[in-house]
Amino acid sequence: MMEILVAWTIGLLTACGIYLTLRGSSFPVVVGLMLLSYAVNLFIVATGRLTVGRPPIVAAGVTAYADPLPQALVLTAIVIGLATTVFAIVLALAASVPSVDDAVDVPASPREASPRR
Amino acid sequence: MTHAAIVSVLVPFACAALMLLVGDRHLRVQRALGLASCVTLVVIAITAILRTSSGAVEVYRLGDWPAPFGIVLVLDRLAAFMLALTAIVAGAALAAALTADPVWDTRGRHFHPLFQLQLMGLDGAFVTGDLFNLFVFFEVLLVASYCLLVHGRGAGRLRSGFHYVAVNLAASSLFLIGIALLYAATGTLNFADLAVRVPRVAAADAGLLHVAALVLLVVFAVKAAVFPLCLWLPRAYAAAAPPVAALFAIMTKVGVYAILRLQGSVFDAGAVGPWLLVGAIATAAFGALGALAAPTLAGMTGYLTLASIGTLLIAVGAGSSAGSSAALYYLAHSTLVTAALFLLADRIAAQRGGDGFRPSPPVDQPAVLGTLFLIGAASVAGLPPLSGFIGKLAILQATATTPSRPWLWSMLLATGLLTMIGLARGGSALFWKTADAIAPAARGGLPPLAPTVGLLALGAALALLAAPVQRFADAAAAQLAEPRLYASSVLRATDEPTARPLPLEPRP
Repeated sequence: MMEILVAWTIGLLTACGIYLTLRGSSFPVVVGLMLLSYAVNLFIVATGRLTVGRPPIVAAGVTAYADPLPQALVLTAIVIGLATTVFAIVLALAASVPSVDDAVDVPASPREASPRR
Repeated sequence: MTHAAIVSVLVPFACAALMLLVGDRHLRVQRALGLASCVTLVVIAITAILRTSSGAVEVYRLGDWPAPFGIVLVLDRLAAFMLALTAIVAGAALAAALTADPVWDTRGRHFHPLFQLQLMGLDGAFVTGDLFNLFVFFEVLLVASYCLLVHGRGAGRLRSGFHYVAVNLAASSLFLIGIALLYAATGTLNFADLAVRVPRVAAADAGLLHVAALVLLVVFAVKAAVFPLCLWLPRAYAAAAPPVAALFAIMTKVGVYAILRLQGSVFDAGAVGPWLLVGAIATAAFGALGALAAPTLAGMTGYLTLASIGTLLIAVGAGSSAGSSAALYYLAHSTLVTAALFLLADRIAAQRGGDGFRPSPPVDQPAVLGTLFLIGAASVAGLPPLSGFIGKLAILQATATTPSRPWLWSMLLATGLLTMIGLARGGSALFWKTADAIAPAARGGLPPLAPTVGLLALGAALALLAAPVQRFADAAAAQLAEPRLYASSVLRATDEPTARPLPLEPRP
């Protein structure tokens, strides 16, 4: 049951990701890439075999262990995926908006430049 | 245990960190650091070549964890060869960026730190002995390349930049899928351990291994820009700042390197050879035809990069030791000459106000630039006596006994002819079709040409010293063809006295 659920989730995420990645504008592409990376992360976890309630670290009196390596791999993959996605978002914004100004309190025109009361 | 492998990663990393601390306001310090880093890398690479030329495989265990469990950096002949090529191209690209007018580091922020991080990713990808670690270094070099690509902003750069980023992010997802499949099938990601375990994979898991090999081939094909996964390359390279494009000349070779590295183990089991050859032929054809149609010299050089990748992969796809050796020689030649052409395109564009093939003011130094262009073009097209000719001859010889020889040879020779026609057309338009009675758009000096001259001189040296270089390439290919040797050097590390067995005490 768990296998079917995980497989369906990965498949659905991948399908949505591919569909969105093939769209013509940059925002759906970024969302699609995010969904793809979620699907990949789930897939990496699944390669350590789907088990419940097994420790990944050696402990006394335990005979069955979960594979710790995919968990380490997926942590790295999550961090890298997040960073690159953020970069893609910034790049998409910079390409579509001529001047991205994220300053909170910079006045719009020089006339308003007087200090606030 | 020597530290050459880790130092080649740490030097650019430390320099990048220092540059960020110093900040963009002290460009002189950043420039000095960058040049020092490049010189250091050249020295490290040369010593690495000297030390590995005896056939030694130097293993660096990170944290001193024994080999298949911890991450290792491995320095063998192939890695040392790639390190040397990277350091040389990086030095020339940095020199070109600094001699340009205005200097490239003043046209955007953080040029030098990004450049060093890119070098760190490249060097790391070449020395790592672990597939997941290769993914991490791929990401390091890609993130740096994303930023370098859009350096000195402009609408064109941002647009082609987004294409490039999207394609590579999708490829990264595929890379992870391939890695996960391979881990599921073999239980390891260490190159040496893979070479041992892939032949022993159970018959039930053979399908999984096959899929993993094909997925990884697609990923490396994206990185190496193999047709039809290469459409991002010409536009991105033509839009990049010329010194950056010159550095990128080595970046596509990372994909070729990864294919070479995995060929003995994973790719053999996956039977990817035919796919590789079909992709290689299509890439060579696409690159040569694109070079005929390109409207600018930088664009044409982008397509020539593709044609050279196709030629390289024809040699790699031959699957023999002779093929790998010929591929290594051609890889060095094509990287040096393509980088030189990107830099030369920049100088020509600066002097005649654009490198488009249409009438415009004459260049200021027609004799010098024309000679350099002639040397570069003849070398790329594979005319004797330059390095391209020797490289192509070696590839022709290496593929002489393969059953698909008629296809491979006709494509190799046709690519050379088409390239020559394209370059002749481009060169005559650039140097002879001048709008009369107009002064050159800008004066030219000799110092900005030095990096181009240096790269082309190295290309010529590659032709003059073809015998020793080919001997080294032969030895590197032999080392690749015998993965057992590599595996025993890496995995032997567990027998050394420093690697004690882990105390297996029960946790409280």
